[in-house]
Amino acid sequence: MRILKIIFLITGIILLSSCGETKEKKKKFSYERKHNSSSNLKEVNDNNNNFIKASETIDLINKGFGPVKDIDLSEEINSSMANRGSELFKKYCTSCHKIGKKFIGPPPNKILKRRTPEWVMNMIINPEQMIKKDPLAKKLLIEFNGAPMANQNISEEQARSILEYFRTLN
Amino acid sequence: MKKNNFKISIIISLMVLLSHCDSNISNSSGALDFDRSEQVYVPPGEYDSYYAFLSGGFSGQLSVYGLPSGRLLKIIPVFSVDAEKGYGFNEETKPLLNTSFGSIPWGDSHHPDISQTNGELDGRWIYINENNTPRIAKIDLSLFETTEIIEIPNTAGNHSSSYVTENTEYVIAGTRFSIPVPQKDIPINQYEGNFKGALSFLKVNSDNGEMNLSFQILMPGFNYDKAHPGRGPSHGWFFYTTYNTEEAYSLQEVNSSQNDKDYIAAVNWKKAEKYINEGNYKTIKTNYAHNIYNEETQTGETKWIKEVRVLDPSNCPGLVYFLPTPKSPHGCDVDPSGEYIVGSGKLSANVTVHSFSKMIDAIKQKKFSGEAYGIPILSFDAVHVGTVKQAGLGPLHTEFDNLGNAYTSFFISSEVVKWKLGTWEVIDRKPTFYSVGHLMIPGGNSRKPFGEYALAMNKITKDRYLPTGPEVTQSAQLYNIKGDKMKLLLDFPTVGEPHYAAAIPAGLIKDKSKKLYKLEENFHEYVSHSGLETKVVRNGQDVHVYMTTIRSHFTPDNIEGIKVGDKVYFHVTNLEQDYDVPHGFAIIGANTSEILIMPGQTETIIWEPKKVGVWPFYCSDFCSALHQEMQGYVRVSPKNSNIELSWSLDN
Repeated sequence: MRILKIIFLITGIILLSSCGETKEKKKKFSYERKHNSSSNLKEVNDNNNNFIKASETIDLINKGFGPVKDIDLSEEINSSMANRGSELFKKYCTSCHKIGKKFIGPPPNKILKRRTPEWVMNMIINPEQMIKKDPLAKKLLIEFNGAPMANQNISEEQARSILEYFRTLN
Repeated sequence: MKKNNFKISIIISLMVLLSHCDSNISNSSGALDFDRSEQVYVPPGEYDSYYAFLSGGFSGQLSVYGLPSGRLLKIIPVFSVDAEKGYGFNEETKPLLNTSFGSIPWGDSHHPDISQTNGELDGRWIYINENNTPRIAKIDLSLFETTEIIEIPNTAGNHSSSYVTENTEYVIAGTRFSIPVPQKDIPINQYEGNFKGALSFLKVNSDNGEMNLSFQILMPGFNYDKAHPGRGPSHGWFFYTTYNTEEAYSLQEVNSSQNDKDYIAAVNWKKAEKYINEGNYKTIKTNYAHNIYNEETQTGETKWIKEVRVLDPSNCPGLVYFLPTPKSPHGCDVDPSGEYIVGSGKLSANVTVHSFSKMIDAIKQKKFSGEAYGIPILSFDAVHVGTVKQAGLGPLHTEFDNLGNAYTSFFISSEVVKWKLGTWEVIDRKPTFYSVGHLMIPGGNSRKPFGEYALAMNKITKDRYLPTGPEVTQSAQLYNIKGDKMKLLLDFPTVGEPHYAAAIPAGLIKDKSKKLYKLEENFHEYVSHSGLETKVVRNGQDVHVYMTTIRSHFTPDNIEGIKVGDKVYFHVTNLEQDYDVPHGFAIIGANTSEILIMPGQTETIIWEPKKVGVWPFYCSDFCSALHQEMQGYVRVSPKNSNIELSWSLDN
C-alpha cells in the first residue's frame, strides 16, 4: 500500500511539473506525447538514434509462426487477385489499418520491403500465435499501444489475395 | 509459514477423516466423500461429460449445466426478458415475446425436450413450454439461443407439453386448464360440457425445426397434466394423464379428488393425421402469434395466424381411448421399449403400469367399461399390467435407465425409488432433500437412455444451503445410478424452480456449437459490413446510427446533430470474426438495457435522449487491454436547434 502511495505521489509530481513545462510550448496538455510517424515511415525515433521502431524494422528472413511456410511471388502482379484482396482488405481490415497512414495499426504500404510474404500472411491468419512467439510481432503490439491484431478468420487463400493487393501499394 | 500451516492442517484433516472412518463408516461425511467428490470433480480446463438443460420454472428461462460437476454454463433467455443479454430489449428479439395478449416480459417454463431421430437424441433443437400464456419455444442447439416461440390458442395452463415424437414429427402441447373453446362470456358454473381441453399437435419442419400448429383435438373438460410419446411399437400414439375428470371448477383441492380413478388418454395421432387428410375437421377462428428469429437477418418477426383446424374425438372413432388410472395421475411416462405406460397417481402410494400391447388387444376385443363424451373407456383390468405397491408417498414422475429399471420420484415422502420393469419390485430407495418433483436421466425420454446419472429436482431446500433470507435457492441433486444402489453425489442450486430437464452426452453437440456469425452471411437490414459503411441517417425524428465495433473502438464515435425528442436507433455490428470477442453497447439514460453483440452480429437498441448535453456511450463487455478507451460521445441539442447531423469517420 505504502509503495502504491509513493508511486502515486511521484507520478503526480511528474505530471504537474511536466504540465508546467509544456504550458508555454503547446496549447494542449501532453506528457511525452508520441510523435506521429505517419508522415514519414522511415523516420527514426529522435530520442535514440539506435532505436528503430518495430514498424520500421527491416527483416526479410523471418517467416513468422503459422501455416504459411513458403510463398513464391511471381514478377507480375496478378491484378484480379489484387482486386479481390482490395475488397477483402476493405471489409475485414480497414477498421484498424488505413492506406498510407498509421491508425489503430500500421499502414500496409511497402510492407514487402520490410517483411517476408510468409510473415505478412501468418500475421493475418495467425495473429494470436504471432504476438506471443514472434519477436517483431511482440514489439509491434507494444508500439501500437497494446491493441492486439484481431483474428478475422481470414483463410489462407484470402490472405494470399490481400498480400497481392499490398504489392500494388506505394 | 503459510505452507507449513497448510501441510499441518491437511495432515490433521486426514487423521480426523481416517479416525472418523474407523469409528463410524456409515456417517455421511468422512472418507466416503473422497469417493463422491472424485465422481463429480471436473479438473480446471476440462469438460463435463453431459449438457443438462434445466427448465427455469418461474424464471421463464432454460439453464444449461454441465454434469457431473453441476457447473452453470449459461442461462438461455426464453420467455422472460434478460437485460444482461439485451433479450426482449433489443429490436431483434422483441418480436419473440409477442402474443395475442400483447408483449409479455415473463413466462413460466416447464418441460424441455431434445429433438430425436429414430427415437434417439439428435441434439439439434430443444423445445420448451410456457405454462401461463401458452407457448412453445424452440432453442437452436448450434446457437444456444431461442429462435422461435409459437403461441398455442384455445388452451390455458400449457402443462402437458412440450414433448417430441421419436422422429420429431410433432411437438405436442396439452392444456392443463379447460376453458370455453372458442372463448366466450358464460357463467363459470356452466363448466360441465361447455369447457374443453385442447391437445395441440405442432408439426416440425425436419430441416430447420420450425413448428406449425397442424391441428387440435378438443377433449372433454378435464385437466391434462403430463404427457409422453409412444416409441417403438407404440410410436404413433401419445399418452396424457388427466385429473379433474369430476369437472370441478371450484375448491378443486377437494372437488377434483373425488373419483377413485381418472384416466390416461391414449391418442392415436397417426389416425388424427388421417382424419385431417380426409377433411374430417372443423376450422375455428382464432388469433395467435408465431414468432420466428431469422438467422440470416438476425431479426425476429411475428406472423399472426387466424384459424386452427380442430378434431372432435366423438366424431373420430379410434382417435382416443381412456385408460383408467388411480388417484389423479400426474406423471405419464413411457419406457424405452414403448410397451409400458407408467401413471403416477399423485395422491396414492402406488405406481400404476399399463401395457401397450394389452391396450391394443383390449381395443380389438372392445373391452370397454363405459364412455366419456363419446370416448371409449377401456376396462382397467384389460390394460393394467402391474403395480409398484406401497413404494412411497405421492409418486410424481418416472424415468428409465438402459437396463430395464425405472426410477420414480415421491414428492410427499421425499425419495427416489428404483424398481424393476416387469416384476414391479422395489430395488433401492434414496432420500432427496427435499420434496422432489421431476427426475431426469440423460436420454430419459427416448429409446436410448444413458443410465449413468439421475438428477432429482427438488421443490424445497430448507437447510441444505447457507440461508439467504426468506427466499432460498431451489436445488438439484445428482445420483450415480450405475450400480444396484443409487449414490447421492452432489447438491447444486438451480435458477428458478426447475420442472423437467433434458440432458445429452456433450460429444453429441459440442462440436456443432457455433463460434461466431460470419460477417458475409449477415443480412441484417441495418448491418455495416465494415467501418466504411457506417453512417447516420435522419428520417423525421427517427435517427438511425449504423455503427461498428472492433477492438477497441466504435465507428462513428462522435455524433452531433441529435436533438431532444429524437428516437435514436443504434444498429451496432460487431466486426470481430474471432471466437469469444463480444462487444457491449451501453448509453447513459437508455430506458432499455445494454446490448451484447456477438462477433459478426448486428443488434439494435433505441435511445430517446431527454436532456441537452454531451452524453457518453461505452463498451460494457471487457474486450481488450484498451477496453476502457472504447467509448464515444453523442451531442444532444435542443429540439429546435439547427445543428446539422455529423459524425466522425474512422480515417
